[in-house]
This record gives sequence, C-alpha cells and structure tokens, in this order.
Amino acid sequence: MTAPAGQDLDLRQIEQFLYREARYADEHDYDAWEALWTDDAIYWVPAGGDLTEPGAQMSVIYDNRSRIATRLNQLRTGRRHAQSPPSSLRRVISNVEVIGDTGGDTVVGANFILAESRERGVETWAGRVTYRLRLVDGELRLAGKQVLLVNREQALPTLAFLI
Amino acid sequence: MTDLLPDAACPEPADPPGTPAAGPDYSRLVKPDRVHGSLYTDPRIFADELARIWYRTWVYVGHVSEIRQPGDYVRKSIGLQDVIMTRGADGRVHLLLNRCAHRANLVCEADRGNSKSFRCPYHGWTYRNTGELIGFPFNRGYGGRGIIEGELSLAAVPRIDSHQGFVFASMAADGPSLATHLGEAAGELDRLARLSPDGEVELTAGWLKHRTRANWKLLAENETDGYHPQFVHGSIFSVTQSPIGALYSDKSTAVTRNLGNGHSENDLRPEFRRIAEPMRWFGTTQARVPGYVRRMREAYGEAAEQILVEGAPHVMVFPNLFIAEIQVFVIQPVSPGECVQHSTAVQLKGAPELNRRMVSQSVGSVGPAGMLLADDTEMYERNQRGVAMLRPEWLDLRRGLGRERLDERGLKIGTATDETGMRGFWAHYLTLMRAA
Repeated sequence: MTAPAGQDLDLRQIEQFLYREARYADEHDYDAWEALWTDDAIYWVPAGGDLTEPGAQMSVIYDNRSRIATRLNQLRTGRRHAQSPPSSLRRVISNVEVIGDTGGDTVVGANFILAESRERGVETWAGRVTYRLRLVDGELRLAGKQVLLVNREQALPTLAFLI
Repeated sequence: MTDLLPDAACPEPADPPGTPAAGPDYSRLVKPDRVHGSLYTDPRIFADELARIWYRTWVYVGHVSEIRQPGDYVRKSIGLQDVIMTRGADGRVHLLLNRCAHRANLVCEADRGNSKSFRCPYHGWTYRNTGELIGFPFNRGYGGRGIIEGELSLAAVPRIDSHQGFVFASMAADGPSLATHLGEAAGELDRLARLSPDGEVELTAGWLKHRTRANWKLLAENETDGYHPQFVHGSIFSVTQSPIGALYSDKSTAVTRNLGNGHSENDLRPEFRRIAEPMRWFGTTQARVPGYVRRMREAYGEAAEQILVEGAPHVMVFPNLFIAEIQVFVIQPVSPGECVQHSTAVQLKGAPELNRRMVSQSVGSVGPAGMLLADDTEMYERNQRGVAMLRPEWLDLRRGLGRERLDERGLKIGTATDETGMRGFWAHYLTLMRAA
C-alpha cells in the first residue's frame, strides 16, 4: 500500500516511524522525539467537543514548534515536578491506516492505549491519533499529531508526559 | 535501636482534638497560626463543609456569557449538586437541580445546549427550562392533566445573584446578600471587567477539567500563596526567562491582602506602578496590541493609563472562584481527597487582539498538561498524601504574621510571600463551620 499525493510511503515504513515516535515518548528520549518534528509542527490534544477553532478555544495541549521546545526544555530541567520522577510509560499503537493527504503530507490514523504508572497509581489513557507525516530529505518527519482522548469530555488527571 | 517503632513515632489514628458525638470542635482545629491535618482528610468534616459552606454560603456557579441566548443552558455544580444554569424565554438566568421530580433521574445529560425544555428519559416527564413541569405521558394515572403540575417541578436553587456577569448561588433561602458576601472582592471583579473596552468579561473559550486527588482547600489556600511560585514554577520561569518569579520574591513590593469573608488577593499593582509600562502586566507592550490600547483610551479616557498599567487581579473568591489575571478557575469538591479544577481563559469583550493571546497563554499554562498548573497539582496531590501522616498533626500558617499591617482600607496586608491570604481563608472558614 502506498500513500497518495506523491509521497511514496509504504505502510510498513509508516508503522515503523509511528512505533519509533511512541518509543521515544515512552522512554522520555526528549532529544530524539524533538528531532522528529518539522518547523511548522502542531502537537494538539483537544479538550471537550469543539475541534473547529483551536486558536479560540481551550485545548489540553496546542503546541506549535516553539512551544514544543519550551515543553521539552521544562522537562529537561528535571524540576518539572509533575514529571519528577518521570512517569513509567508503555503504549500500544494499532489500527494504523493511511487516511489521505493534505497539503502534500500523508495523513495517518491509529488507535492507542497507554499505561502510565506513578506513585499516585496507574492511569490508562486511550484514544485516536491522527498524524501528518512528511518526507524531508528522504526522512519521515512529523508535521502534526492530534490526540483525541476517549475521555476528553471528562475531568482528566495530570498529563505531563508526552502523549 | 531495639524499639524500631516507638509509640510516639507511630501513633494510632485518633479523633482530632475535641471530636466525638457532637462532631469536630472546629475552634480546636483552626488556630490563627496553624490548622489541623484532619481538616483535609476526615469525611465527617467534608460532610460538614457541604452543609455549612457549599450548601449555605454564596458559591460561584457560572457566567452569563455561557448562556447568551434564551434557551441556552450549561451544566454546572454547587458542591456535589448537579445544577443546570439556563436562560429562560424572559432572558433571566435560572438554576435548577438536575433531578426529575418523579423518580430522581437526571433530566439533562448534555454539558451544554439550547432547549426550551428538559425531558426526562425515564418516563418522559417534561419541564420548561425555568423548572415548571409541563407534561407527562398517560396522565389519567394522575387523575388527568393539571392535577400535579403545580405541585412538582425541578427544584430551583433558592438564591441567585450576579456581579459583572459572574453568577453566584446560595442553597440557603436566607443569609447575607451576595454584595455583603463579596464585600471587597467585588472591586476585583470590577477591575477585571474594566480591562474590556466594553466593560464586559466573557467566559466563552471552553473549559479544561483537571481531576485532582487532593482536598479542595489545598487549592483555595494555594491560589494566593505568593511563597510557592519560585519553587514550584522555577522550571518554567527559568526556561522562558519569565519575570513572574520576581513579583513573588522577598524584594517585591507586591502585597498579599486579606479581603475579608475568606477572599484574598496577591496585589501586584505596586510592582506594575513602579515599572509604569502599559501592558507590562500581560507580558507585552502597547506597540504589540495597538488596536486594543486605542479602544481602551477611547473608552476610558485618562483613566485608561492606570488600567493598562495595573492590569488584572489575582484574587481568590471564597470558596471556589479564582481569577489569576487572564485565567478563571473554579474548584469543585468531590470527596475529602478529590476535587476537579475547571479552568478557562478570560475573554474581554471588544478586545480580539488580546483574546486569542489569552487563549494561547492559558492553554500553555493551565489544565492537566499546563506548564504551570500540572506542577501545582502535583504539589496538591503530594500534600494530600502528606496530611495522611499523623505527625506533626498541624499545618503551619504563621509566615508573615509578625509583619502584617492594615492598609488604608483597614484590610490586613502582608508582603508578597506571606500567608495573609490563607489566614483570611481559615478565619472565615471557622466562622461558617461554627455556625452549625
């Protein structure tokens, strides 16, 4: 299976990329994770129902590339108390599908389930992820990641790790 | 060491001083310079708080801008009560308990919407959005139409009032007015509204809901604790070179003020007046928001300069509304060890330049992933585990007690890092909890 719109990506290559991104996040490998993003990236975890105007409505996370860097720099201080010590994380990505393309990027959908362990207890996170993938100099990069949590309408516990 | 666990180091869980049948003696748990740890953990105390605070005094519920049109509604809470805030056809705001008069089912499932009526899904009883029962199927079982309609309805919250569009309610039919309850805190809501060229705050950016495994009072106390920011938020201040930390330092000229009735504020105006730059309070300059500054000067004339320099309030309104400059927080108690923090960005009518910036800054700062609030919440949750430890029993509240003084309004003030606000919270708490 190949992606549309000129980006010659096969599903296996896409999956390998998604698994790698997930592993970097699970293992708090902030440098490797940061290097995956393009300069125009958007990392978005919506809250509640309205997905139309992220600039005018509250989101759990709505980071451009600069704010991704700020978030990671805060984590790197070691004094981000909500991640000190870091959560122990493992996630499974499944149901990976090429959905289409937008602006030359390949849009990929997947489901995930994630266990987070802290002294507070184990939280289970689950949802739908939509990725925008772009080939840059022959390397796959992440131009967008939207995480739609199944429980986004409810009160969420602290989410200070990379989801 | 032969005795690894001497009695003194591992006491039996005991009732707090003066407990027994009559319930806790609050005057023995709340002292001017310390409070007892059981106040954060004891289910009997939580039950008393529901009865004596959440279901008696004025509690913040919602904002009129959330239900602008007739028929609009939002689900809110008062303590553990699920309430629907509606706007009737007459344009008035109503607060109804979300409980069918028949079999107590929830009549409203959605978080928000627009409807003239609520139909209970269980047996189809239907209520107007002002609470009146307007119909039910198979009415001959009740002797026909018009027999029980006058008798049964959705319960209305007994008292409702608002200030600057902030809607407050009291579950008690009698008591002090909202104006009396707000007292000096009303002026802080006025100050927020004045930052809009049209004089109106709007809370229309949607809400984040942050589940917090901590007692609600830990949040209320922290909101105007100027001692913690440099430590809890040092990570983000250092990464962004934020000047906020300096506002809460030993050198700061800002003050912490006990506004009375449990309300308190960190008054940062002395610092902003000293710096005397319009929009500095917002971390920007007037050149970057020219349309806003122009509209403010048109609207307020000479007074605009002071408004633009002094900025927004940082005020905790007892027991559950916190305004932190450009964010609004609402504390919802759930149990002795759990609460929910609701947060949104302030939106100012007539200030589109500021509104999107306020959303962006707020999304970065607050809620479950917020670069500020996730760390506050980590502290609340660790505190909650700490108060389960039985010694030293007390939480210390004496910071700045010896240097507190009265300001020109006769209100107690301390320095930027003093626990003046917390002491004000607890003094009012004690008054309410002793009024059984």
